[in-house]
Amino acid sequence: MEIGSNFLNIGYLDSLSYRASPVHRIDPRIKTIVTIVYVVTVVSFPRYEVSGLLPFFIYPVFLISVGNIPPGFVLRKLLLVSPFVVMVGMFNPIFDRTPMLELYGVEISGGWVSFTSILLKFVLTISTALLLIATTSFTGICEGLGRMGVPQVFVVQLLFLYRYLFVLVEEALRMVRARDARSSGKRGKGVRVFIHLVGVLLVRTIQRAERIYAAMLSRGYTGRMPLRRTHRIGMKELIFLSSWILLFLVMRRYNLSLYLGILLGQDGMR
Amino acid sequence: MSHHIIEFRNVSFTYPDGTAALRDVSFRITHGEAVGIVGPNGAGKTTLIMLMNGLILPGGGEVMVGEVPVTRKTLSEIRRKVGVVMQNPDDQLFMPTVREDVAFGPSNMELPPEVIEQRVDEALREVGALHLKDRPPHRLSGGQKKAVAIAGVIAMKPDILVMDEPTAGLDPGARRQLIEIVKGFRHSRIIATHDLDLVLEVCERCILLHGGAIKRDGPPGEILLDAQLMQESGLALPLSATV
Repeated sequence: MEIGSNFLNIGYLDSLSYRASPVHRIDPRIKTIVTIVYVVTVVSFPRYEVSGLLPFFIYPVFLISVGNIPPGFVLRKLLLVSPFVVMVGMFNPIFDRTPMLELYGVEISGGWVSFTSILLKFVLTISTALLLIATTSFTGICEGLGRMGVPQVFVVQLLFLYRYLFVLVEEALRMVRARDARSSGKRGKGVRVFIHLVGVLLVRTIQRAERIYAAMLSRGYTGRMPLRRTHRIGMKELIFLSSWILLFLVMRRYNLSLYLGILLGQDGMR
Repeated sequence: MSHHIIEFRNVSFTYPDGTAALRDVSFRITHGEAVGIVGPNGAGKTTLIMLMNGLILPGGGEVMVGEVPVTRKTLSEIRRKVGVVMQNPDDQLFMPTVREDVAFGPSNMELPPEVIEQRVDEALREVGALHLKDRPPHRLSGGQKKAVAIAGVIAMKPDILVMDEPTAGLDPGARRQLIEIVKGFRHSRIIATHDLDLVLEVCERCILLHGGAIKRDGPPGEILLDAQLMQESGLALPLSATV
C-alpha cells in the first residue's frame, strides 16, 4: 500500500518546514493571516475572471523561491488533489455554452472560461496552503493560532493530531502489510476484513490515548499545556504583512494583466 | 533520607473486569536502591508501576512514598517524587519538540523559565541527547526517543525513578548506552523488565512476581540464576548465565 509514501507525503512536507530561510523565520501568525487574506481575495473573484487571477501567482512563486521549496513537490501535490476540482468544474463547459470570447477565430464558451477560473483558483489557494505548511511547520501554525486567541483545547487537538498522525499511519501500514502477507496476493477478503482492520485500529488508538494521558498525568499535567513561544512580531513581520495585503487588495481592485496588455498593445501599435 | 522510600503494604488490586492483578503485595524499597521487577507477562508488573504514582489506586492495602500515602489528595506531590518512564516512548513524547517535551514536567511544576531551561539542558546532557533539543520527537530513532523520554522524567528531579521495560525494542548498541545511563543515576530505581541481564547488571535487588504475588525477593544472582525457579515462574535463565 502507498499510504505512507504517497498520501500527501506529510513526512516530506514536515521536513521542508525545518529549513531556514527568511520566510521560514517570519512569525507564523503573520504568515497565517496573509494566507487567509490571500485565499479570501482569490476566491472572491467573479466566476468568469481569468486574467485578474494571474498576477496572484506572485505570492506562491515568492514563497517557493525565497523559502527554497522544490516547485516539483508542490506541483505533484496539486496533481494529486486535482481530480476533485476537475469533478467540480467539469460540467461548466457542458451546461454553459454562451459564447464569451473569441481567440484566434475559435469561439470560447462561458463554461470553459469559468472552468479555467475554477482551476486557477484551486491552483492558487491549494499551493499557497501547502506552502504555508512547508514554510511554517504545522506546529508553528498551531502556536500561531493559539497566540491569536484560538482556544487551547483546539490547538492541543491539532498538535496531537499531527504528532500521532505519523504513529497512526505506521500502525495502519503494519496491519495492512500483515493482512496482505497472508492473503496470497489478493487484497485480503475485501470490505469485511477492512472493516475489522479499521475497528482494531480504533480500539488501539483509544488505548494509546489512555496511555498518553497517563504519561501526561505522570508528569504533573493539570489541564494547561506549556507551549513555547518561538517567534515574535517585529518590524520585518509588519512589513511582510502590510505589503502583501496591500498588494493583494491592489490586484483585486485593478486587473494588472489587463493594464499590462494595454501597455504592451500600445507598444505594439506604435 | 526517608523520602526516597517507597513501600507497598499488603496491596491488592483488581481491575474493573474482575481480573485480580495483584494480591497482598508488600515490599519496601529504600534510598538509592536499584530494584528489578521481573515476572512473566501478566504477572502484574505494569499494574505495580501504575500504583506507584497513583495512576490507579490500590483496592486494598496502602502505597507509601516517603511518609505520604498515595491517595487522590496527594497525587500531585506523589507524581513529583515518583517519575515514571513509560514503556513506549511514543506515548510519552507528545510535545512538538524535544525541548518542549522535556520542559513539560518542570513547566507543570510552575518553575521560573530560567530554571526550566536549565533543567532541560541538564537532563538532556545527562542522557547524552542535548544535540536533539530542537528536533521533533517523531523524527528520532528508537534509542533517541527512549533517552529523551528518560530526560523528560529526570528533569522533574524525582526521588524515585520507575522504568517500564527500558530496553524493549532497542538495538544492542542503544541498549548498552541506556544501561550506562541508568547505572549512572543516583535515584532509587525501580525497573520492570523482561531483560534479565539488565537486572543482573544494574540491580542489587530483584523482586520476582508471579500470578500477581511476590514469589521471591532477594539478590538477582540468587533468583535469576536459579534454573528451576526460573522455569517454574515462566521465565528462563539470563543469556549471560547460559554462555
